[in-house]
Amino acid sequence: MLLRHTSDIIVDREALTINPAKTCQPIGAMYAALGIHGCLPHSHGSQGCCSYHRSALTRHYKEPVMAATSSFTEGSSVFGGQANLLQAVETIFSVYNPDVIAVHTTCLSETIGDDVNQIAQKARDDGKVPAGKYLIHCNTPSYVGSHVTGYANMVTAMVKSFAAKSATKKNQTNIISGWVEPSDMREIKRIAREMQAKIVLFPDTSDVLDTPMTGKHEFYPKGGVTVPELVSTGDSKHTIALGPFCTEDAAILLENKCKVKFDTLQIPIGLKATDTFVSTLSRAAGVQVPESINDERGRLLDMITDMHKYLYGKRVALYGDPDILVPLTEFLLTLDMKPIYIVSGTPGKRFEASMESLLSKKVPEAKYKNGERADMFLLHQWIKQEPVDLLIGNTYGKYIARDENLPFVRLGFPILDRVGHSYFPTVGYTGAMNLLTKILGAIMDKMDRECPEEKIELVM
Amino acid sequence: MAKIEMDPLRWKQEVLKKYPSKIAKKRDKSIVVHEGPENITKIQSNVRTIPGIITQRGCTYAGCKGVVLGPTRDIVNLVHGPIGCSFYAWLTRRNQTLPPTPESPNYMMYAFSTDMQDSNIVFGGEIKLKQACREAFEIFKPKAIGIFSTCPVGLIGDDVHAVAREMKAELGINIFGFSCEGYKGVSQSAGHHIANNALMKHVIGLNDNAPEGKYKINMLGEYNIGGDAFELERILAKCGITMNASFSGNSTMEQFERAHMADLNVVMCHRSINYVAEMMETKYGIPWFKVNFIGADATAKSLRKIAEYFGAQELKDQVEKVIAEEMATVKKAIDEIRPRTEGKMAMMFVGGSRAHHYQELFTELGMSTLSAGYEFGHRDDYEGRRVIPTITVDADSRNIEELTIEKDEAKYRARKTEEELKALDEKGLGFNDYEGMMKDMAKGTLVIDDLSHYEMEKLIEAYHPDVFCAGIKEKYCVQKMGIPLKQLHSYDYGGPYAGFEGAVNFYKDIDMIVNTSVWKLIKAPWEAEPVIEAEYAA
Repeated sequence: MLLRHTSDIIVDREALTINPAKTCQPIGAMYAALGIHGCLPHSHGSQGCCSYHRSALTRHYKEPVMAATSSFTEGSSVFGGQANLLQAVETIFSVYNPDVIAVHTTCLSETIGDDVNQIAQKARDDGKVPAGKYLIHCNTPSYVGSHVTGYANMVTAMVKSFAAKSATKKNQTNIISGWVEPSDMREIKRIAREMQAKIVLFPDTSDVLDTPMTGKHEFYPKGGVTVPELVSTGDSKHTIALGPFCTEDAAILLENKCKVKFDTLQIPIGLKATDTFVSTLSRAAGVQVPESINDERGRLLDMITDMHKYLYGKRVALYGDPDILVPLTEFLLTLDMKPIYIVSGTPGKRFEASMESLLSKKVPEAKYKNGERADMFLLHQWIKQEPVDLLIGNTYGKYIARDENLPFVRLGFPILDRVGHSYFPTVGYTGAMNLLTKILGAIMDKMDRECPEEKIELVM
Repeated sequence: MAKIEMDPLRWKQEVLKKYPSKIAKKRDKSIVVHEGPENITKIQSNVRTIPGIITQRGCTYAGCKGVVLGPTRDIVNLVHGPIGCSFYAWLTRRNQTLPPTPESPNYMMYAFSTDMQDSNIVFGGEIKLKQACREAFEIFKPKAIGIFSTCPVGLIGDDVHAVAREMKAELGINIFGFSCEGYKGVSQSAGHHIANNALMKHVIGLNDNAPEGKYKINMLGEYNIGGDAFELERILAKCGITMNASFSGNSTMEQFERAHMADLNVVMCHRSINYVAEMMETKYGIPWFKVNFIGADATAKSLRKIAEYFGAQELKDQVEKVIAEEMATVKKAIDEIRPRTEGKMAMMFVGGSRAHHYQELFTELGMSTLSAGYEFGHRDDYEGRRVIPTITVDADSRNIEELTIEKDEAKYRARKTEEELKALDEKGLGFNDYEGMMKDMAKGTLVIDDLSHYEMEKLIEAYHPDVFCAGIKEKYCVQKMGIPLKQLHSYDYGGPYAGFEGAVNFYKDIDMIVNTSVWKLIKAPWEAEPVIEAEYAA
């Protein structure tokens, strides 16, 4: 057994996290910043943070992930990191020439109390930021929240740094994307285009982290939301924030700063969340839902009705980020599956409230937990106590899946051992069909592998 | 693809031009046009990375927890800090391990963390750390717990060593701490040293029960990436050499505890483990020399050195027999593959030993190494240990504890007399020595320490190597440029590459990489043939 020390006897833990279902803030800020066109993320801390984050993102995307670091030493930790950050800004603009440097902090620079706002201002005052270039920043202390919080903080920094209200409103709707794949961001743009809704999507990692092989490394790929687009978000007529944990702070700031009203929705994973997204976008942008979208919806429903018998009542364990888990749970319920065990390392009361409202009637026996020590060790112990039929989550689940012989669908971050997530969406009706195909494939492959020989089915 | 021949000195001058003058001045000393093995010049290394330059380097914690202690299966490695540090080091280095029975302890699939919150930063994290030790003990019953400090720990003044002592007394198992905060030193290298120190202080020498065997060695600086250690264990067993302890591929705490019972230390990765070799010699009288099991010829040479050291004819005969047997398979593979790799060019920028060791394998394939460098090597790894007395100890190195080791009167045992050692040294065993990378590189090659992303792109633009070796962060940048990249940290999830079977695996993988046909299809037909328009116009 790979996880041979995991048993069904649960010992109450007050301090020890084992096999976390989260990571730390800065990587989220780095990922979000990559969704700005021409942006170089910068990690203000020791080298290891930047190296680990770039490595994790690179393994997930199999794409270049460029980012720089302040390379703290013991001296900087004692005397403060100002000199390092000023040097970094100078180095970066002279060697790598980005449009935007997006600085995020680390537990190191936060603990010593570096004031990045003041340092950034000094960099500007000292003429280290060339004309037409930008230096933006956010605080991402690793000991608060999770990677999701870091993503939210960088998205909020985009609004803070760029959004501006001019005299004329623009006929466009802002869509703030939660932490999803480049494929999902591309799909959101496609749906909007299909509906003839003019949108500004931010951040947008499509054409940044799914770039073609051309024989040339584009240090700044063609994708990403541009600075003028970010500026224009202050003139948009409405904002749709997809994923409350990742995007609501930014939407609130945008309303306060530029009076743009907003709706916070779940990320459109599954039928109902996509229905809500499509209706809201239709209303916000003042466009009709075209027949082509109805057709997409119909094809998803058709697939569900065709294959329902393989899904009904199946017990599912899932782990990951709240903004994914909530709509995913809702979708599994749509499929008449039973989301029975759910953990997320990301703290926040909203998670519990959402799960409560989704599950209390339909699956009253479901166990769910988030925040500290809501980890994959606990999830595995629950599975040991009473098994499940399916596991959904990031790559680290493969150890549980193998030990417990579970069908396993990879979803979330990070996916280190399969490809496709960055190319084929999970959001929207078509994305839901992709996800459903994977779920059915995993369950039915196991049936084919394990059923008695005389029971093997040709047609399923 | 046509190779543009650019004089390395001109390349260097052009690269430095882009940097602001202060940076150019600093990088100038770390980029060396090699004057040949007979005329090794000084290369600046193990110095601070320039902020903002985009480096390959990681941190001290990575070197300590990830590299040295990571591959040991029966210790609970508890990371004291916010969650990220434990998360990123969770199984990502590919250290394989093989517990002898299904019941044998193996904690390597688990990530342990105190997941420090803001209240722990404000009020201190010692209470939480103690509780985490208790919980780890209650659930897992390990024989040892290692506590790894992350950046905030040192800054807020948590004393992990005091906690370790207290918990050791309370729980009755070996518990020890590492002050391996990420900001210490200038790279992973400082973490290796800190790990070495703690193993010396808290583990080595605790257990006098060594396995049976006439020729007992410890393998130092081998981490079982992709199963390298398994292959070396196979070869050593076949030769009749007993592996007493591995630091630390496929290792256990018991092996570390009995390390002082070996009669020879052989050092693979000099950078990460030479400290332990040195200290064990002083304390227990175990001589050490450098070996290299990367490359079939290098493996044969290293086995012969070990046999020479023990001196027994039966061992020498057995080693020759094994080499002859194994080399037959190796030769068959190389004869088939080499015509397809001959004359191709490689570059490699990894680690503190791999950028040297792997040149050997490329030589066996008939390939040349035009440029190489380390992420976190020191001058001795480039120029050889003879330069150690001339290395300036700067503030960053001074922060890393140098243990004062004395002879252990009870356990010290001279393995050879001074005369014997001298005689063996003259036969080329090279005790206490490492000649470094530059000794094996040709005149006119480029040796570059702590390569920046910008320099990497310039190297590729100018020289179009057939294969570029580095790590995951560089992998896809280089490949987008149409050049295959071989990861020499993770082996691109292949391997083993050590020993004889490993060499064959490597030949096959490089053959596959340099002969991958898809690179020739990057241009679409309509992009590749602008002639169509010309014909139409005519």
